[in-house]
Amino acid sequence: METGSAADTGTTPEPEPRWTGLPRGLLRMRRLLLVVWLGLAAVAVGVLLGLFAGPAWAAFALLPLAGIVWGWVGLGRNWLSWRYAERADDLLISRGVLWREETVVPYGRMQLVEVTSGPVERHFGLASVQLHTAAAATDATIPGLDPAEAERLRDRLTALGEARSAGL
Amino acid sequence: MTTPGLDEGVRPKRVVVERRLHPVTPFRRAWAPVAVVVGWAAHDPNQAQEQLTRLTTTTLLIVFAVVVPAASLYGFLSWWFTHFSVTDSELRIRTGLLFRRTAHIRLERLQAVDLTQPLLARLAGVAKLRLDVVGADKKDELAFLGASEARALRAELLARAAGFAPETAHEVGEAPARELLRVPARELAIALMLTGATWGALAAALVVPPVLWLATHSVWTVLATGLPLLGAAGASSAGRFVGEYDWTVGESPDGLRIDHGLLDRTHETVPPGRVQTVRIVEPLLWRRRGWVRVELDVAGSANSVLVPVAPRAAAEAVIARVLPGAEVPATATLSRPPRRAGRCLPLWWRGYGIAVTGAVFVARHGLLRRSVALVPHAKVQSVRLSQGPWKRLWRLADVHVDTGADKTVTARLRDAREAAELLRGQAERSRTGRRDAGPDQWMA
Repeated sequence: METGSAADTGTTPEPEPRWTGLPRGLLRMRRLLLVVWLGLAAVAVGVLLGLFAGPAWAAFALLPLAGIVWGWVGLGRNWLSWRYAERADDLLISRGVLWREETVVPYGRMQLVEVTSGPVERHFGLASVQLHTAAAATDATIPGLDPAEAERLRDRLTALGEARSAGL
Repeated sequence: MTTPGLDEGVRPKRVVVERRLHPVTPFRRAWAPVAVVVGWAAHDPNQAQEQLTRLTTTTLLIVFAVVVPAASLYGFLSWWFTHFSVTDSELRIRTGLLFRRTAHIRLERLQAVDLTQPLLARLAGVAKLRLDVVGADKKDELAFLGASEARALRAELLARAAGFAPETAHEVGEAPARELLRVPARELAIALMLTGATWGALAAALVVPPVLWLATHSVWTVLATGLPLLGAAGASSAGRFVGEYDWTVGESPDGLRIDHGLLDRTHETVPPGRVQTVRIVEPLLWRRRGWVRVELDVAGSANSVLVPVAPRAAAEAVIARVLPGAEVPATATLSRPPRRAGRCLPLWWRGYGIAVTGAVFVARHGLLRRSVALVPHAKVQSVRLSQGPWKRLWRLADVHVDTGADKTVTARLRDAREAAELLRGQAERSRTGRRDAGPDQWMA
């Protein structure tokens, strides 16, 4: 299988795959969104309850603030848990802290590789790569990649998929 | 694989003969306007009745004078504008009166061929032909063709899909079939009587309407719930018997042949290497008799039953033909989850079990209604391991194996370390399994 070793990661020995984490941009984006939305919620709750129900009720604004702290830590741990490895014949994706999930997708099984990037993601210079196989249950998405890396991954996966392509 | 465009450029262009469906077809399509009227009447019965009382004989005659020719014209035109042709690598269907639609079905992607004959079609001597391809629509069936023409076309399509040279594909003819198993009517009837769903539907149909009558005293409510319930009861008992009557499983060089039906006859052909999953289901009441039902998953195919009922040994003999090299491991040899799985799922954890053989991944679930799923390693699309917080506490994990028929077989509540090994091992096995798998064109 020459195609597999064409790229640098192809020669990785099978037992210990070389894992790649996600770039920091994704964490930054998610934390910013968290702070913006929960911050707005805290202000809205505080102002509305303070005006209409009395200042004591405004203490409920602390709930979204606590949410920010909890989410800040949670997002960090979740971001750390995401990683992927390109092996000679398949792609590994591992993610999740409390609900852990690890997916193995053989290159030959990929029907479609998609690179998507929403407006917010684009602003932060991020893109996600999604793999589709004939089974819809295959949930193989790598979010928050650098667009150049996402395109490299897409091209490499497509090339490998063609080389190892198999029918259903 | 080359792109079709290139293909055609290189090869000397052959004349593609376009054909039409059987001339009976317009009569089938002509029902559409009638169905619309009936649907409207059923949807709004009060207004329909009101309108009917206002009709006089003359208006009725006028309506018929308009509707009948319109319906026949619609039927005729939709038949006139539907063409199909067989090229070297594709079946092309061109249809549509206002909205044109062209379907090119690649024969190498063929998963199964269904030849069905509903009762009326049998009387008229015609048949429906459908190619199961992933993503194919209901519209992509050829309805109707003359019965003998449909058989000839099926043989030709299978020969082309099998990889016979285009020049000879026409003359190859139907591959000889050898019968593997036939389900006796008596066995089928007893099996249906021993199925909980049959009695459940029947009991619901007998109990619910009287109760509703006592509660509401409204005829419409009782009819509106009673009729569907009766229909469900009929479908799950008599309907299933009629549909599964004379179930025959055969084997031919073109693959598996499944023929069944008392009134509507269905002939299905599944070419070699298309079966994604085989499941052996053993309902509680069948256990004493040692009977099982065998289900199969083929990508893009609606049918999922391989054998409706058969003694276990006979069923296993069929499975050995369907999945070459795979034998069904005995229930006792399946490895159960560790004892602590009871903390996650009391009692039912005992129903789970897995085994890995040289050719298949086997997972069992169910305590009363046992079900054993077999996935050939070569058919695995992806492998996933998942673990929630509670399972993590007990060092357990699930391994999901996704197949090409868009179904997932899960090995539940395995020891976490074993699950991780299973994940790696299964990925490796499916990789090597694919390498040894036969070609898509099975005669090539």
